[in-house]
Amino acid sequence: MTGAIDPTIVNLVVFVLAVFVGYHVIWNVTPALHTPLMSVTNAISSVIIVGAILAAGPYETDFGAILGAVAVGLAAVNVFGGFLVTQRMLEMFKKKAPKAEKEKA
Amino acid sequence: MSANQLALWYLVASVLFILALKGLSSPVAARRGNLFGMIGMAIAVLVTLAITKKVAFILIAAVIGGMIGAFVARRVQMTQMPQLVAAMHSLVGMAAVLIAVAVVNNPAAFGEHDPLPGGSRFELFIGSFVGAITFSGSVIAFGKLAGLGKMFRLFSSAPVVYKGQHPLNLILAIVMIGFGVAFFLAEGKAWTPFLVMLAIAFALGVLIIIPIGGADMPVVISMLNSYSGWAAAGIGFSLNNSMLIIAGSLVGSSGAILSYIMCKAMNRSFISVIMGGFGAAEGAAAAGSADKTVRSGSAEDASFLLANAESVVIVPGYGLAVARAQHAVKEMAQKLIAKGVNVRYAIHPVAGRMPGHMNVLLAEAEVPYDQVFEMEDINGELGTTDVVLVLGANDVVNPLAHEKGSPIYGMPIIEAHKARTVLVNKRSMAAGYAGLDNPLFYMDKTMMVFGDAKKVVEDLVKALE
Repeated sequence: MTGAIDPTIVNLVVFVLAVFVGYHVIWNVTPALHTPLMSVTNAISSVIIVGAILAAGPYETDFGAILGAVAVGLAAVNVFGGFLVTQRMLEMFKKKAPKAEKEKA
Repeated sequence: MSANQLALWYLVASVLFILALKGLSSPVAARRGNLFGMIGMAIAVLVTLAITKKVAFILIAAVIGGMIGAFVARRVQMTQMPQLVAAMHSLVGMAAVLIAVAVVNNPAAFGEHDPLPGGSRFELFIGSFVGAITFSGSVIAFGKLAGLGKMFRLFSSAPVVYKGQHPLNLILAIVMIGFGVAFFLAEGKAWTPFLVMLAIAFALGVLIIIPIGGADMPVVISMLNSYSGWAAAGIGFSLNNSMLIIAGSLVGSSGAILSYIMCKAMNRSFISVIMGGFGAAEGAAAAGSADKTVRSGSAEDASFLLANAESVVIVPGYGLAVARAQHAVKEMAQKLIAKGVNVRYAIHPVAGRMPGHMNVLLAEAEVPYDQVFEMEDINGELGTTDVVLVLGANDVVNPLAHEKGSPIYGMPIIEAHKARTVLVNKRSMAAGYAGLDNPLFYMDKTMMVFGDAKKVVEDLVKALE
């Protein structure tokens, strides 16, 4: 039982715990917001843009760096598109509340 | 910035992502949650940019992509959300594949050994094949949802089935794994097994999705949502990036749970959805309806019943959204509320084309969300409801679901048949997705109002004046 822990094991620990967190957090999401959930998860999984930035990053612009830049572009569509469309939907759920109060009054 | 500092910033971003999802437990907290998500993303991108050398080059790509994303997010119609989400899944999948190729090309750029060690290759194999399947599968799902079947046969919303389909997929999957293993064991860059493996994965994505159609699309879109998350997590493994693993796993489990919820709501097993072919026999049913009679009435008759009711529950289906009648429905509901009628909406989980779709469509029409109820929450009250108004829904109110031996036995339904009076708007007596006749339509307390949903509801609004 000596030596450093393999990074893959660390990754596995993080992975298993994150799946647990995901499981419990997602079951608490109200069914009315399942569509915004999908669009926001799209935006969140686009954090893959971090890997794309690393791919595009090296000094010499070779074939890999070009692919990286394309991946940055694709992920950026999702980052902006995902968060903004989620916000747009959530705004729709917001406007109603004060109006409903007025109708009742 | 040191690697430790970077990892800590990534931890902050990961926590913010979890808070973004946690916020969705209520509409009020959700907007703050979305803001957390944006901040998390900004942190993740900025600290990564800080350790790269070609910031301008990367920013150009990011700005172009960001502008497209922002434009689409502003312009998309809510009825088009399912195809937008499918398109976005495909982009995540493609980005994962491109990054994987870049890692194989130049592992040193990611702080990996060159050539890649076996463990990293294995992780890369998983991330890239899941990414490739996500990409091509989502492109097909996009085509199906956007109704591009006329342009290209594989986009047909009806299932595409042929003999030997599943054995072929299985063989391809085994061959793909074989090349993955070859890539894992090979020396040097090993482009050949890697690229062959990718090509097979792209083909598999297409072949897996084409046999699934029609009513099963909410499951497909949730499933691809899940895949896109696992692809991101796989890339996180190969880059030893905890944030990517966390974000990917959150999304992966989210999609998996949504798939489960959708399957439950349709009383279908996940396996049977994957096997596809459901809805292929459309139009074959509606047997034995010839000898039964339906009572049909005009919009005026219906409005009389509605105006004299104490409580009304509206059951919207996707037919309502297709007819773009949401705004008219809201207007009608307001008229009824002004007359002192208690109006509520009952939403079946698969009422739209994706999870929660109908809620968003009603929210867009400015229906207050406190009038909108989920199936389980309102079913108990339908027995004391005066009038249930079914608009463009069919299978989700079919009482056959309670009868043993019927094909949809066990499917949870909105129990419209328990109400004192049932009003059903449909274009014709055609069967729904499940291809079944609906006994609800022949009950003595049921009145059918035939016609386009929008036209009928507008007539109702006029009649209520």
